[in-house]
Amino acid sequence: MTRELTRLAAEHLLLVVAATAAAAALGVPLGLFVARRRRLQQAVMTLVGALQTVPSLALFGLLLPLPLVGGVGVRTALVAMVVYALLPILRNTVVGVSGVDPSVREAATAMGMTPRQVLLQVELPLAAGVIVAGIRLAAVIGVGVATIGAAVGAGGLGTLIFRGLRMNDDRLLLTGAAPAAAMALLIDAWLAGLTRAIDARVLGRPRARALGAALTLSAAAAVALMTWGQLAHAGGAPSARPTTTGDVKRVIVGSKDFSEQVILGELLAQELEARGVEVVRRFELGGSLCHQALLSGELDVYPEYTGTAFTALLHHPPLTDPAEVYRRVTDEYRASFDLEVSAPLGFRNDFAILVRGEDARRLHLTTLSQAAAFAPTWQAGFGQDFMSRQDGYPGFARTYGLQFRAPPREMDLSLTYRALAERQVDLIAGDSTNGLIDALDLVALEDDRRYFPPYQAVFVARRRALAEVPALAAALAALGGALPTATMRRLNHEVDGDKRLPADVARAWRASRGALPAGRDAATREMIP
Amino acid sequence: MPDPTSQPLVELRDVMFRREGAERPVLDGVSLRLARGETIALLGPSGCGKTTLLRLVNGLLLPSAGEVLVEGRATTAWDPITLRRGIGYVLQDAGLFPHFSVARNVGLVPTLLGWAPARVAARVDELLELVGLPPRVFAERRPRELSGGERQRVGVARALAADPPLLLLDEPFGALDPLTRLALQREFLRLQTALGKSALFVTHDAREALLVGTRVVLLDEGRVLLDATPAEFLAADVPLARAFREMLDAPGQVAPEDAPSP
Repeated sequence: MTRELTRLAAEHLLLVVAATAAAAALGVPLGLFVARRRRLQQAVMTLVGALQTVPSLALFGLLLPLPLVGGVGVRTALVAMVVYALLPILRNTVVGVSGVDPSVREAATAMGMTPRQVLLQVELPLAAGVIVAGIRLAAVIGVGVATIGAAVGAGGLGTLIFRGLRMNDDRLLLTGAAPAAAMALLIDAWLAGLTRAIDARVLGRPRARALGAALTLSAAAAVALMTWGQLAHAGGAPSARPTTTGDVKRVIVGSKDFSEQVILGELLAQELEARGVEVVRRFELGGSLCHQALLSGELDVYPEYTGTAFTALLHHPPLTDPAEVYRRVTDEYRASFDLEVSAPLGFRNDFAILVRGEDARRLHLTTLSQAAAFAPTWQAGFGQDFMSRQDGYPGFARTYGLQFRAPPREMDLSLTYRALAERQVDLIAGDSTNGLIDALDLVALEDDRRYFPPYQAVFVARRRALAEVPALAAALAALGGALPTATMRRLNHEVDGDKRLPADVARAWRASRGALPAGRDAATREMIP
Repeated sequence: MPDPTSQPLVELRDVMFRREGAERPVLDGVSLRLARGETIALLGPSGCGKTTLLRLVNGLLLPSAGEVLVEGRATTAWDPITLRRGIGYVLQDAGLFPHFSVARNVGLVPTLLGWAPARVAARVDELLELVGLPPRVFAERRPRELSGGERQRVGVARALAADPPLLLLDEPFGALDPLTRLALQREFLRLQTALGKSALFVTHDAREALLVGTRVVLLDEGRVLLDATPAEFLAADVPLARAFREMLDAPGQVAPEDAPSP
């Protein structure tokens, strides 16, 4: 844990430093350039200000599919962070330069300085304090934005925060959030010191030298932390690009950002490693990132659900026959995406409409039709996904004639379980395999009108990867039908409820089946969700 | 061939200057000749165009009509950087660079001209001595550690650093208390006598104009009302000249623009 924390903190700091440095390298010259050009300045500031107002998660989403700047990983996060850092740096540069005493500027010109000399010898030094204050603000904002970078696979402390949210684990959440907050405060204090040192130097105050020495020391300490953190996980650098380069025996396994997906990713990864295949793990990717990454060749394989593939990715209206959905997804994936769908793993992760166990027992509820009568006294809470998707809320409410007390509350899916247990809402749409169902004493109501389409778990793999690494097909075959719903729910509970590591849970389950042990202990070193 | 010494150092020929988009010109039909060794005091109320006139001389502004000649060459034909490095400039609030030491402020133009550091340092010491600021005490100070009078001395030293034949002074002592002002005016006269510079000295104080100027040029609303020796100025029958003269007798230092207009 400590080791991972160090690594994530170092990644985080590196992201912030790199993004802030890039934004400064871009924003300061741009600010100097537009400071004397009033009309251009207005246009540039408006544009950069508009970019700033795009919510960060939305910005990540917009960047993802773009070539060059997008994609899974550090690049997208860096670009988004630079966009956010630009405004304060640009604005402070303009303000700083405009704030230079006009008589000083006039004197400089009248003495025969060239415009360039006026800029570099007079305006820039006199504006330096204000410019650094802008960089300071940008860096502090960057610490916050970087946490969201975890959603696009950029790593950093956000990984722990998202994981903590998902697993309903406050301690884990704080393990990520507290160092991030501390980092923001430290960076802020450090740059505040730098601002003071610059002002002192510019205006000739005596303490400048001591302050400068203290700043240099602390900067050296930060660089040491980053270096150490990078070395700590040098073995499993996740940035390498595998099979596509012809570097054969290497497979990139992805997963979405919830425990079940990470467990499945681990299971496949260990299965591959047991067969001597080198594996790169790229877990916990948000939204439809996995699918996009598979199409762009940044992933080779990841776990998916047939219902999701059919409605959300292929954009078909929902069907209720599991066999037909599986057949059509398999055919269309092969034809349209050149992707192969594995044999079903055995369990289904359907939508499960959940209520508190005590309510179900008190009201003798087992089916959704029975529950419809109580809906007018209930508050529902759903993930954003459920509210908008084809097979989501509108059709569900229509099918069962549901009328809730108020419009359903939209919240992060991982928060709905907690909200239900804590009586903030009375009904949620969860996953049928979620370990929290048992852990929080929740009851899934039966979909007696068969509204929800089936979500059979499968792996989706690039056909090219299958051709290049024969062991991949064998590993997928070994997992076919191996995980009934009850098993998956138990494994999920071991992670979400018992707070065990997915890698350990996967290893224990494989051992219990007498499977080959993973070839090396790479799992613990590279990715310990 | 004209005798170079008889050629005026600065000459304005029927100069008009109008800001872009402005209706009235700031200067209109101004002609003026500054001979070598001469100090012209440009006297006038605020907004009469005194400062604009100075800025036309060092090429910070270019005339809308007419010509400004420095050493016989129109400012439009000069490389502005070369022109400015050859002219000393003193601003009202000194305009010292707050992030430079006194020595670096004074040595600025020689440094820009590419002098060797040792030569610059020697020149800075010499100038600080000249303006009465012992280098050992003042060289490494920052402008904010100086009094107003000391700052103006540094400003004068900076203007003299590269030994330019021409000084432009824009109300250099206007912001100082009367005692300091008098001391600096006397010192300026001493330097003028010793160094023989030509100067355009902007002021709105008649006493100062008569003290420092070999000629007094009275400006009002962008036009030259009077171009006279101090003696002629004292006798001139021009209303504004009379107004300025009254100030000489009045106690304190009230400039005409501060008094109710006639």
